[in-house]
Amino acid sequence: MSGARLEVAGLGKSFRGLRAVHDVAFSVPAGAIHALIGPNGAGKTTIFNMIAGVYRPDAGSVTLDGKTISGLRPDRVCDAGVGRTFQIVKPFKELSVLENVTIGALHRDASLERARVHAADILARLGLGDRLHQPAESLTLPDRKRLEVARALATGPRLLLLDEVMAGLRPTEVDRMVAFLRDLNRETGLTILLIEHVMRAVMALAAHVTVVSYGEKIAEGTPGEIARNKAVLDVYLGEQEVA
Amino acid sequence: MSFVRRLTAGAPRRALWMLAALLALLLVAPPLLSKYWLSVLILVLYFAFVGQAWNIMMGFAGQLSLGHALYAGLGGYIAAGLFFHYGVGPWAGLFAGVAAAVLAGSIVGYLGFRFSLAGVYFALLTIAFSEFTRVAFDHWDWAGGSGGLFLKVERDLSDPLNLRGGPLLFYYVILALAAGTFILCRALLESRLGRYWLAIREDAEAAQAVGVPVLRCKMYAVMISAALTALAGVWNAFYYNNLFPEAAFAMGRSIEVTLAPIIGGLGTLFGPIIGAVVLTGLGEIFTDLGELVHIAGIKQIFYGVALLAIVMYRPAGVWPWLARKLGVTEKRS
Repeated sequence: MSGARLEVAGLGKSFRGLRAVHDVAFSVPAGAIHALIGPNGAGKTTIFNMIAGVYRPDAGSVTLDGKTISGLRPDRVCDAGVGRTFQIVKPFKELSVLENVTIGALHRDASLERARVHAADILARLGLGDRLHQPAESLTLPDRKRLEVARALATGPRLLLLDEVMAGLRPTEVDRMVAFLRDLNRETGLTILLIEHVMRAVMALAAHVTVVSYGEKIAEGTPGEIARNKAVLDVYLGEQEVA
Repeated sequence: MSFVRRLTAGAPRRALWMLAALLALLLVAPPLLSKYWLSVLILVLYFAFVGQAWNIMMGFAGQLSLGHALYAGLGGYIAAGLFFHYGVGPWAGLFAGVAAAVLAGSIVGYLGFRFSLAGVYFALLTIAFSEFTRVAFDHWDWAGGSGGLFLKVERDLSDPLNLRGGPLLFYYVILALAAGTFILCRALLESRLGRYWLAIREDAEAAQAVGVPVLRCKMYAVMISAALTALAGVWNAFYYNNLFPEAAFAMGRSIEVTLAPIIGGLGTLFGPIIGAVVLTGLGEIFTDLGELVHIAGIKQIFYGVALLAIVMYRPAGVWPWLARKLGVTEKRS
């Protein structure tokens, strides 16, 4: 399993005349970790949803290794090699932690037995190995975030979309998640695109950062460059401490 | 054998023994039973069977159908009509009945799922289809119209090939159907499709994000459920020997199909069976009681109150609670 190259070009989306995203473009090389940041309501999740197939873009395109995936249904986008998490976590509540992730793993292997083994493996790596048989609804929020990541990873993606998986985690938990993602990226070469408000995680993980505000891209660069960018400081980072 | 192993994997040994004992009992007991008890047992198996079929849609895939009478009615009418008019036996006729029900299920399912009708809105659609099919059959001469379709009652004849015979024949047929469907449901649950259904039931959007083709999986659910329900309809038509649109496609028929799994435990394999036992048992007890005290409608009142109590105190159904007591917990898959 290795990463895929993501190209987002001229992406636009309006909801009943309200322009949510306008002409956003960026590219993520195979195997890179890229962050998408910006104030609340900037359109980050809308961009994610267009990549993941939830929304069909009004303009522009999304390609994965040169293959157009924009406009495909979400399950087709998953087939193409994109795994995603949801900002507001969506566990299969009444199913066990293991079953949650097994369903993801069934995407790559129709055998329930093998899918279970694979799922248990991923859960162990994410530190959920001792909660396999608990119902997902009994998990705490940080654990649910981990479950989201595990379920998305189980589908065997070449691009992983992470929507605020650090939100609500304590600093030590953020560090664990960062370490996990960094190791994962290093070992498998998986491409990762993350939406994140926790700058500590962005700084530690991302090679490049794209900043959006009011639906448009306002800056792009390395985390260091972004942290010094005047426009970014004005609309976004000025509000928070850059760790 | 690997198929058997897969089916029984993860099931408590105790549960398997109980199941085997139950099946053995059901196989040998009937000839020893009185006519009355045999008819009660037949009712239990019938409701366990259609309940299981309905449970595939609601309990597994999370799609509420309140129009299952449509599938049972179509199956029954077509098989009975073919036999009545052309002498085509039900074992052949059932294919036509099942095909019609699957087609109807596909239409209802496609309209509902393609346009994302969820919950009660989908349920309304299922009711609508069942209702207007009832009206259509009222005016369809081939099916006897509102006057009904009657098969000759031949209790003393033994002609299993045409499903003509006494209660014992019908008992073993419905037992085979119920047992077969139980095994089928277990196999489905332990397959990718089954797991995908559960994912859809829990959260369709999240399911789709992990690659579940939601529309297709829901279509399979409604088609399989409709096919099995049609079989129940065929059996029903030949057991009772009469069909009226007002009864076959009645709203009440659709509702009664849902009761056993709801009472027993939605989404569980044993729920429909336990629910059927409880419901039929209560029904018989209150009928006797009604005859004893001679108060009109007392049966319905007690029946309603009993159901109310079960739903209030065992909202997840009787089976999950009973399974804990027996030490054979089947998790709600």
